[in-house]
Amino acid sequence: MAFPEPKPKKPELPKRLVQNLECKQGAVRAVRFNVDGNYCLTCGSDKSLKLWNPHKGTLLKTYSGHGYEVLDAAGSFDNSQLCSCGADKTVVLWDVASGQVIRKFRGHAGKVNCVQFNEEATVILSGSIDSSVRCWDCRSRRPDPIQILDEAKDGVSSLKVSDYEILSGSVDGRVRRYDLRAGELYSDYVGSPVTSVCFSKDGQCTLAASLDSTLRLLDKDTGELLGEYTGHKNTAYKLDCCLSEKDTHVTSCSEDGKVYFWDLVEGSLMLSLPVGRGVVQSLSFHPSKPGLLTATEGRVQFWREESHVVEEQPPGC
Amino acid sequence: MAAPGASDSEEEELAGYGTALEPLPEGERIKKPVPLQEQTVKDEKGRYKRFHGAFSGGFSAGYFNTVGSKEGWAPSTFVSSRQKRADKTALGPEDFMDEEDLSEYGIAPKEITTTDDFASKPKDRIKEKARHIAGITSSIPGTTALDDLIAPAKITIGVELLRKMGWKEGQGVGPRVKREPRKQKPDPEVKVYGCALPPEGSEDEEDEYQPANVTFAPKDVMPVDLTPKENVRGLGYQGLDPTKALFGVSGGEHPSLFTDGSEKTSNLLGDLRHSKGRKLGISGQAFGVGALEEEDDDIYATETLSKYDTVLKDEEPGDMLYGWTAPKQYKNKKGMEKEIRYIGKILDGFSLASKSSATKKTYLPPDLPRDYRPVHYFRPVITARNENPLLLQALVESTGKLETDALQQNRHTLNASQRRELLGETALKGPSPSVLEYLSGKDKERIKEVKQAAEQQMKTQTLPQQSLNISSFSYGVHQKWQMALGGQLATPSSSDFKPFAKNPEKQKRYEDYIESLKQGQKDTSESHTDPGMTEWERGREREEFFHAAVLYKSSNPVLSSRFTRAKHEDDTDKVEVPRDQEMDIDDKESAVKMKMFGKLTRDKFEWHPEKLLCKRFNVPDPYSDSLIVGLPKVKRDKYSVFNFLTLPESTTTTITQTINEKMQQNISPNKPKKPSRWDVSDKEKKKKDSISEFISLARSKVNIQQQQPESVIEEDRSRTNEPLPNKAVNESTDQKEEEESRPSMDLFKAIFASSSDEKSSSSEEDSDEEAHQPPSSVPNSESTKHANLPDTSSADVQECMAVTSEPDLVPPLLKEELDKVEEFGPRLPPVSFSKTTQEHEPVSLASSVEANQKEKPKKNKEKHKVKREHKHKKEKKKKRKKHRHKGKHKNKKSEKNSNSDTVDSSDSLSDIEEITDLSSQELLRRLKHLPAMKQ
Repeated sequence: MAFPEPKPKKPELPKRLVQNLECKQGAVRAVRFNVDGNYCLTCGSDKSLKLWNPHKGTLLKTYSGHGYEVLDAAGSFDNSQLCSCGADKTVVLWDVASGQVIRKFRGHAGKVNCVQFNEEATVILSGSIDSSVRCWDCRSRRPDPIQILDEAKDGVSSLKVSDYEILSGSVDGRVRRYDLRAGELYSDYVGSPVTSVCFSKDGQCTLAASLDSTLRLLDKDTGELLGEYTGHKNTAYKLDCCLSEKDTHVTSCSEDGKVYFWDLVEGSLMLSLPVGRGVVQSLSFHPSKPGLLTATEGRVQFWREESHVVEEQPPGC
Repeated sequence: MAAPGASDSEEEELAGYGTALEPLPEGERIKKPVPLQEQTVKDEKGRYKRFHGAFSGGFSAGYFNTVGSKEGWAPSTFVSSRQKRADKTALGPEDFMDEEDLSEYGIAPKEITTTDDFASKPKDRIKEKARHIAGITSSIPGTTALDDLIAPAKITIGVELLRKMGWKEGQGVGPRVKREPRKQKPDPEVKVYGCALPPEGSEDEEDEYQPANVTFAPKDVMPVDLTPKENVRGLGYQGLDPTKALFGVSGGEHPSLFTDGSEKTSNLLGDLRHSKGRKLGISGQAFGVGALEEEDDDIYATETLSKYDTVLKDEEPGDMLYGWTAPKQYKNKKGMEKEIRYIGKILDGFSLASKSSATKKTYLPPDLPRDYRPVHYFRPVITARNENPLLLQALVESTGKLETDALQQNRHTLNASQRRELLGETALKGPSPSVLEYLSGKDKERIKEVKQAAEQQMKTQTLPQQSLNISSFSYGVHQKWQMALGGQLATPSSSDFKPFAKNPEKQKRYEDYIESLKQGQKDTSESHTDPGMTEWERGREREEFFHAAVLYKSSNPVLSSRFTRAKHEDDTDKVEVPRDQEMDIDDKESAVKMKMFGKLTRDKFEWHPEKLLCKRFNVPDPYSDSLIVGLPKVKRDKYSVFNFLTLPESTTTTITQTINEKMQQNISPNKPKKPSRWDVSDKEKKKKDSISEFISLARSKVNIQQQQPESVIEEDRSRTNEPLPNKAVNESTDQKEEEESRPSMDLFKAIFASSSDEKSSSSEEDSDEEAHQPPSSVPNSESTKHANLPDTSSADVQECMAVTSEPDLVPPLLKEELDKVEEFGPRLPPVSFSKTTQEHEPVSLASSVEANQKEKPKKNKEKHKVKREHKHKKEKKKKRKKHRHKGKHKNKKSEKNSNSDTVDSSDSLSDIEEITDLSSQELLRRLKHLPAMKQ
């Protein structure tokens, strides 16, 4: 007779500070985990992009080549390439190991707010304040984008890509989902400039943060409102939101220097984690473990759950 | 942090993709493909073959390229005559050929033969022999004989049919003919160039006696091959024909391999090898002297040009063929075909005409009268409608001459340009007399409008603004404009512009309208509208006509002569518009407020991804057979102004923008407020408005004092300053962008190709400048406002209005402009918040109005100064320096703070590694392996 499955542990929230990275690159505009959560990227306002090991707190590499501040970055699925975008209107594809610029995609008419790889890192998608999302081809040498998604009426603030969908949040208050498989565009009106969007891990829902200090969980298929999360403050800045590693909690930055956690189903505020004095601008949730990276001012902090044991690194390993 | 034993478990957790290659056996090298230069040809015995380029593209021949064998050279057929008389063996070419030549790819392949059914030879010798042997060796002798009796004769069906029709082997097919007495052979001295002699008739010397009344079967000849020449070889080139190289070989030991028809029949007619001293085999100089050739006298003959014809002569070379290398049948019948031009085969039942057909008679053209001039004059057409005196006068003005007069006048009194106009010819392109003519028509019109606008103001200033309602105002404007435009309005008959050509009735009404305008009628609008229309429609149409008339005033004839109308008009009056527009925001707004997300807030469109994008995403193209990319577009009528409008009063007819602008401004007080996408929420709106109100208030003060040229028109109508034309133009473009529902960018581009570009680039620069700045927002917004000053005239204008009217009425673009200043939507937080820099807390949208009010006047004072000095740029630079300085200051402070922070944190986190310099190799290794962190 088989043993009964152990009772699943109650999901823990990352509230224990384990690392504090002084990035020394001006304001950290965005912090992003890589695909497996072992490394992270920080985008600095001093035009540099840095690669870190947040678990150890070590700086691994600095990528410089942007003309203005870097606003977003993403890593490819195989960790061989990075892409970043910035206020210099360019999208840059980097080689991780050498730190060289592989390609620079020019074409946006304004600051590029967000950038994403597709699943196989063959296409880079970038959203800009010129109200377009551009799909850049990494495979060919073509300088023009494959396609320009210019349906947004205002700047594109956030972008996410699944295996067959492109989700974009725009300042015109709409969340647009381009379904490549069905060949359809779904546009959900949220009512307030959208600052951040993301998919849930199960791919059924989309989360949209908007400037009315509200996060909304929308059903992907119907556009119905599944949950609303308030309590934080987000009225002026482009702040990130995300879902926890098991879709149990909704997390958002706030302008009051805290990070807020809500229960996804109940919508109740579970925790407000004081992070710093300034605006918590960016956060990134570990893809598989309860770990959270927050970026405030020039500092990135790494938070783990309470039960997490910081293990000593054996020498020579 | 990684667990100590992590490295063991790491490998277990690695996931493998694909099939692994088989491990190589140790000590074995990977086989490399043989490069091309090392690939060799070997014969059956594994000997290397060398290419020789000999007779038949052959490789090594004989025994190591000798004629002998391994034992040396020995004629195989030598038999001592003492013991036995050697049989006289006839040697065929095959006796001298190599094995390769007889193989599949040689010149005399043995392998491919026709099957019995299709071979015209009745018996197969080999099979016969085999059967014979079988008959001897079989257990029951004689069975094969029985088989022979039973087995049907193997004759092909075609042959059988022909036989039934009386054909015999060796004969040609066709009715029997009388044989003519033979002509002499052509001169044998004729040199033949090329590869092979044309096949000479074996029958030439055949028969001497021909009875007169005996008919013969036609000769068996090859039909004329009328296949076109497709190769690039010379005319008449035939290549090496194996049937000729082995002509006449059919000895007992050498069964004939080549069952070609003609060859066979000649065989049947007799073995020709013994007939005469006939050349056999390969001949022709190209191949030198063949092995079987006797003559070798002129192998080394030099080619001289004298052997070639150098002149194209009428007379034929003697063979009546004119270069036609047909079989000799026709060559021999020379006399008969003397006058025949047609050299092809004559069909049965037809004969060649003896008389040539009558020549065609040609008729000469008629004699022209002496005073004939090949020029046609078109009589100018004057319609009855144009007969009113004013229009005629206008015509006189525009063309310089009345056409009816022109008719009466002697044409010789006209000068060249007058004649040109009469003829409707285009003017010669010469140096233009004035600079104005280099301007585009659009620019000219704009200049005109600016002038008119100034005049118009003088007139309108008397009108009390507040008392105007929409219709009466627009009507009043119309009246003024009708007067102001006067003779410059489009004349429907003289200009070929028909804005409503799609709708003839409407076009007619339009023309009437123009005419009445010309005549100076006051009640233009009422007189020629469709009685079936509603009041509203009438108003619309009136407006449309009016704009069209202003827009398409007949321009300078010199200018118009330089342009031609497009051939394809489809594109000119159509514009692409997305088929599906996102629904009105009003409903959605309310739905959002009620939290009725779902169908109410969702728009669903058909969207076509690019094919390549689908490929890259590994997704099948949902619309694999459509060429559309993006949202499907539809073509809409461009000139139907209201396609693009959601606001009732604004129009997209662009050149009339100055007018519209005025109208809008006057209308706007009564206009209901429409929520725009910039209205985030009520709360925010108020705040925004209060800010904008404040800004505008401050600016209006400034403007009154400094910005005379731009703002005079709008803010103070009592002044009669003449504005600078280009500024007014700029202003109009700025205003243009303020329409709430924008038409597609293409339209803008088409209209304001130059000016809008400038505008957008300047705004880009602005945003760039912002990016430069340290992102503390108070100095930031301040400085960007400075940066914006040179081109914020429109904003100023709007703000002035906002001061005088309610704050709600600020057109949406003002907010847009403001937001542009605040970098498009949500901003980025400042670099650092520290206690010392608290006073630089970002002035966000949510910050208090009072705070703004405290700071704004300061700003405005600064601005004031700047403007007075008219040194925007210098000042800007200075400012930026200051800001930079401030920023540095701030950074230092923040650094101090952060340093203290790090000290604190480093106490608690003592285990931070200090490995910062990792080699790229190491980095790569780590990344490639992606160890799963164990916690």
